[in-house]
Amino acid sequence: MAPELRPRLILALLLVVALALPPLLGALGQGFYVGFAARVLIMALAALSLDLVMGLGGMVSFGHAAFLGVGAYVVGIGSWHVFDGSPLPFGLPGSENALIVWPLAMVFSGLTALGIGAISLRTSGVHFIMITLAFAQMLFYLAGGLKTYGGDDGITLYNRSELLGLKLSDPQTFYYLCLGILVVALAALLRLRASRFGMVLRGVRDNERRMRALGFPTYRYKLAAFVLSGMVCGLAGALLANASEFASPALMSWQKSGELLVMVVLGGMGSLVGPVLGAVALMALEEGLADLTQHWQVILGPLLLVLALSARRGLWGLLRGRRDHD
Amino acid sequence: MITQLVAEQGLNGLQLGVTLFLMAAGLTLVFGIMDVIHLSHGSFYMVGAYLTATFGARFDSYLVGLALAIPAAALIGMAVEWIAIRKLYQRDHLDQVLATFGLIMFFNEGVRMIWGAQPIFLSPPQMLSGTVELLPGLAYPQFRLAILVTGLAVAAGLALLIQRTRLGMRLRAGASDRAMAGALGVDIDKLFTIVFGLGAGLAALAGGMAGTVLSVQVGMGESILILAFVVVVIGGIGSVKGALVGALLVGLVDTLARTVLPVALRGAFGNAVADGIGASLASSSVYVLMVLVLAWRPKGLYGA
Repeated sequence: MAPELRPRLILALLLVVALALPPLLGALGQGFYVGFAARVLIMALAALSLDLVMGLGGMVSFGHAAFLGVGAYVVGIGSWHVFDGSPLPFGLPGSENALIVWPLAMVFSGLTALGIGAISLRTSGVHFIMITLAFAQMLFYLAGGLKTYGGDDGITLYNRSELLGLKLSDPQTFYYLCLGILVVALAALLRLRASRFGMVLRGVRDNERRMRALGFPTYRYKLAAFVLSGMVCGLAGALLANASEFASPALMSWQKSGELLVMVVLGGMGSLVGPVLGAVALMALEEGLADLTQHWQVILGPLLLVLALSARRGLWGLLRGRRDHD
Repeated sequence: MITQLVAEQGLNGLQLGVTLFLMAAGLTLVFGIMDVIHLSHGSFYMVGAYLTATFGARFDSYLVGLALAIPAAALIGMAVEWIAIRKLYQRDHLDQVLATFGLIMFFNEGVRMIWGAQPIFLSPPQMLSGTVELLPGLAYPQFRLAILVTGLAVAAGLALLIQRTRLGMRLRAGASDRAMAGALGVDIDKLFTIVFGLGAGLAALAGGMAGTVLSVQVGMGESILILAFVVVVIGGIGSVKGALVGALLVGLVDTLARTVLPVALRGAFGNAVADGIGASLASSSVYVLMVLVLAWRPKGLYGA
């Protein structure tokens, strides 16, 4: 087979399966799972955003759930003010219009990422892992302290966002919307990966000192990637708040960040496709094993251990077979 | 009144500090010497607490329970090292994260299967259940004081072990240059198994003691694990002295911030608002401390 053919075929096949999934589940009488599948796609988007900094830029963020939370809270707070009728600061009204709230979610998570990244990127290695964790924990406790917005219990959304007359409360519509966003984001980031920006980023990952010697302002490149990643993750957060009709500090917990990290490593770091597969595999395994036995973690745990020991380049590395020259 | 409150909370902070030190010491050794990010260190803390409860009930004595739980957890730790961790030495840090994340799941669910999901309450031994009057009007529970003393004694013992014994010399050699120590005839495999067992035993001691103050439940390991990692980073990776200083610092800052901040903020805001903001600020205080320390010393207080 031509060298690039196999991964492309697999991607096309995956897309067909994803497109056919809701009617298939409906025919099997398992329509309930369409909502679950949408959540899987959203977590895949978040894992994808993490791979942008982790796989391409070599920045292992252990606090990416913070951006997920910020995105979700923007949607949650907008909806709360619609319900409550009280104005936001500067006399702005609440909103449930997706065309306003979702971009705002991306702006706020991008700004958060700018702040966190500007400080954290001065460190590297294990210290970067810990400092991103520290910032995420601060936001986690901050969200828990927002007594107006439910404190530790979070905000329940009364309505999903409104998007151009689409009925987002319909699971199928919402699923296809999530799929569309994920595919666009994946395609865009794959383009970015092959672009000059992506090349510089991968150069920084492999040898930052050399890139600096070549004259690249590596700090700015890394910060730009971090902010972009935060924005995509914020969008995932906004979608997640819609999927579960709920936004709470638990979204920012370090367990959530760890879960994203596991998805990326499981799927295959740096490939961008891998984390999507990793998210699907992890969540499907959780759901499937939970159906089998209530003690599913006792099976999933060792399974992850074996995967970590055997599949060096993750699931995508196994699937595409060929050694990845990146 | 204020002096007594601060003194009491200070002692509580020190006691949290020594618990954190017992966790962080093992973590920093495993991290510094074996270069393994070991997320499931908190599992040994949890297992230690559960074993203390079980052995304690079996022999009707908390102290016997604790004394049996420590070597048992150390053995479990060595077994885990031998089965799983050993294969991770040459691997990427991220593979280690994935693998030890799997171990956490396994241990949490395993404990839930054996002991059930309900929290267990450990009671301290009879002879230490009274209080001591440290200052006029400040009665402090004897057992909490005992935890503090034990922790400090273990810290001193560990310092002796590392600075004055042959094993300690090998540990230091392994930490500074693993390949060279191996070339000079130190059995690195055996050394790593011992380090891992030692770390697991210390974590079990921490868990067995903390279980009397907090409740023994699934997931107790993870909440302290993150704090222990913070301690390791503040103290400097691989430094046991740093772990001690970092642990006491984190314990004091966390406990005192929880006491002082809500009261201090009441002056500026209303009571309800102050309690809310104070609580979330206090919970973040440890992480703010870490960011400040890293801004000042990027390698931690005693980092090489």
